[in-house]
Amino acid sequence: MQTQPKTENAPVMEIRGLTQNFGGLKAVSDFNVKLKKNELSGLIGPNGAGKTTIFNLVSGFYQPSEGEILIGGVPTAGQKPHKVTSLGVGRTFQNIRLWNDMTVLDNIRVAQHSQLNYGFFHSAIRSKRYLQREKEITEEATELLNVFDLMKYADDFPKNLPYGTQRKLEIARALSSHPKLLLLDEPAAGLNSADAKDLIRLIRWIHETFDVTIWMIEHHMDVMMELCTQIKVIDFGETIAEGSAEHVRNHPAVMTAYLGDDNI
Amino acid sequence: MLRRYSVHLILALSGGLIIYMADQEYLSLYVMSVLMFMGVNVILSTSLNLVNGYMGEFSCGHAGFMCVGAYVSSLLGVWLFAKDKVFGAAVLNPEYALYAFPFIILAGGVAAALAGVLVAVPSYKTRGDYLAIITIAANFIIISAIENIGPIGGSRGFMGMKRLVNSMEDIIELPWMPIWVFVFTVFSIWVIRRYVSSTFGKGVSAISQDEVAAEIMSVNTNKIKTITFMLSSGLAGIAGGLFAYILGYVNPGSFNIMKSTEVLVMVYLGGMGSLSGSVLSAILFTLMLESFRFIIPVINDLAHQIHIISPDYDISQVWRWVLIPLLLIILMQFRPEGIMGNRELGDVFPWLKKFYRFK
Repeated sequence: MQTQPKTENAPVMEIRGLTQNFGGLKAVSDFNVKLKKNELSGLIGPNGAGKTTIFNLVSGFYQPSEGEILIGGVPTAGQKPHKVTSLGVGRTFQNIRLWNDMTVLDNIRVAQHSQLNYGFFHSAIRSKRYLQREKEITEEATELLNVFDLMKYADDFPKNLPYGTQRKLEIARALSSHPKLLLLDEPAAGLNSADAKDLIRLIRWIHETFDVTIWMIEHHMDVMMELCTQIKVIDFGETIAEGSAEHVRNHPAVMTAYLGDDNI
Repeated sequence: MLRRYSVHLILALSGGLIIYMADQEYLSLYVMSVLMFMGVNVILSTSLNLVNGYMGEFSCGHAGFMCVGAYVSSLLGVWLFAKDKVFGAAVLNPEYALYAFPFIILAGGVAAALAGVLVAVPSYKTRGDYLAIITIAANFIIISAIENIGPIGGSRGFMGMKRLVNSMEDIIELPWMPIWVFVFTVFSIWVIRRYVSSTFGKGVSAISQDEVAAEIMSVNTNKIKTITFMLSSGLAGIAGGLFAYILGYVNPGSFNIMKSTEVLVMVYLGGMGSLSGSVLSAILFTLMLESFRFIIPVINDLAHQIHIISPDYDISQVWRWVLIPLLLIILMQFRPEGIMGNRELGDVFPWLKKFYRFK
């Protein structure tokens, strides 16, 4: 599947000159970023700045108008989202998108589709390979749920879980395919400040435990300040500032983007 | 040990009993044919449930694929094993008909599965109502194409399959059609159940619940859709093949949108995404359809006796096509989830779980 060899020291993700046009609208223009292994960095910007568009481009949901995206040195151009995911990208969604009529355990299991290694025929005859893989997948899913302290919900349906737990489950699902890069799209959206504190702890813990690079979008500045070493700020698809959390917070362009120009 | 094999045991016993009774002619030909149509309907409703229930798409052209299966297996069987005015003398010795028969039916299934690609490919980009229209179109395409192929009878239909059934019975004297219907019904349920209960097959439910999430969580949605549509239409093709050999005669008219609707009624009666519901509803629906044969004359007599209709008018069997769609309306109004909802028998009767894992 991968034509060129993966270089060990290639960045986990690199985006070069990414531009996306929707008709006449430039949603993203000339966006560049490089994420090193085990980095935890952030992407912020006002509503409609193009943050989620960038995530959708990375996960292969849109094909970029210009520029390229490399995951572990492998270009993703022309790849369907499920292929991009199997290159090692996991993500969550701004509005939770769990499979609500499937049990929690099945949610985790189905997300390992790229590593199934058996097809329709094996499932019909219940071959040795099928039984072996199903057992492994269930074991792995159980372990993941245990680690996330969600095992008690294994047979429940996600729609019946509290909101915060659904968020947690979605992150667990994104991790079940062993991604190298985890994209979190507004994980703290809709959480109260106590839950947001738990989330900060959770993300930090994931970052340490799962040996994964995290790139997140978030509106809660305190969450970003706590977690991210590097932050990029975009507005109307253009990068307007980048650097440490402290630097970004006091950047004049960022103040203008969020609070408006005071010369009105 | 006994519990583990209880389902196999029940299947073997009930299958054996039906075949024994057919062989001893305890059951009349009429009862036998109702039982066989029950099997065909079970295959049809479970296979359509795969698309409409599990995958959440709306296919209303199921009879089209049934038609492909019916024609391919009929033509193949007659060409190989029977003397016929279209193909001339039999190509192979009719003695082999019995052994070739399951493969002839499967060939019909394979052809129908290939016809299923006609719907599977548009489904990559289209869904919901738009895909429903495509499935209707597919049904019409298949029917009209066959109606216009003169050599195989066109709209007059094609026959000669009874000769094949007779030559099977000449080889070993057993009621072969009930046996094959039973075998293929069990086979269909078996394949569907194994597919939807595997992690691979649960991708189907993932697509139905959130297709975008499914694709991004590494489910190859196009592949799953193709497999599901092909499996569903392939099994419909098998049902079609059996249907053709039970009747001994096929014509394109019997696979029109009316037949597709009939299958839809069965799926919705049973409950979306419930395999045991589909089996139950197919059995129930077949019985109901047959019971109209007796009920309608009674209603007719009654109406004449109390003089609410003119003495020159008789309520005919056509009226069941007023009553069945009416049933669909009543069903959607009062119990839209069908008999079983999306539950399996094991959820309704927990003690059954001791004998069988339903999911």
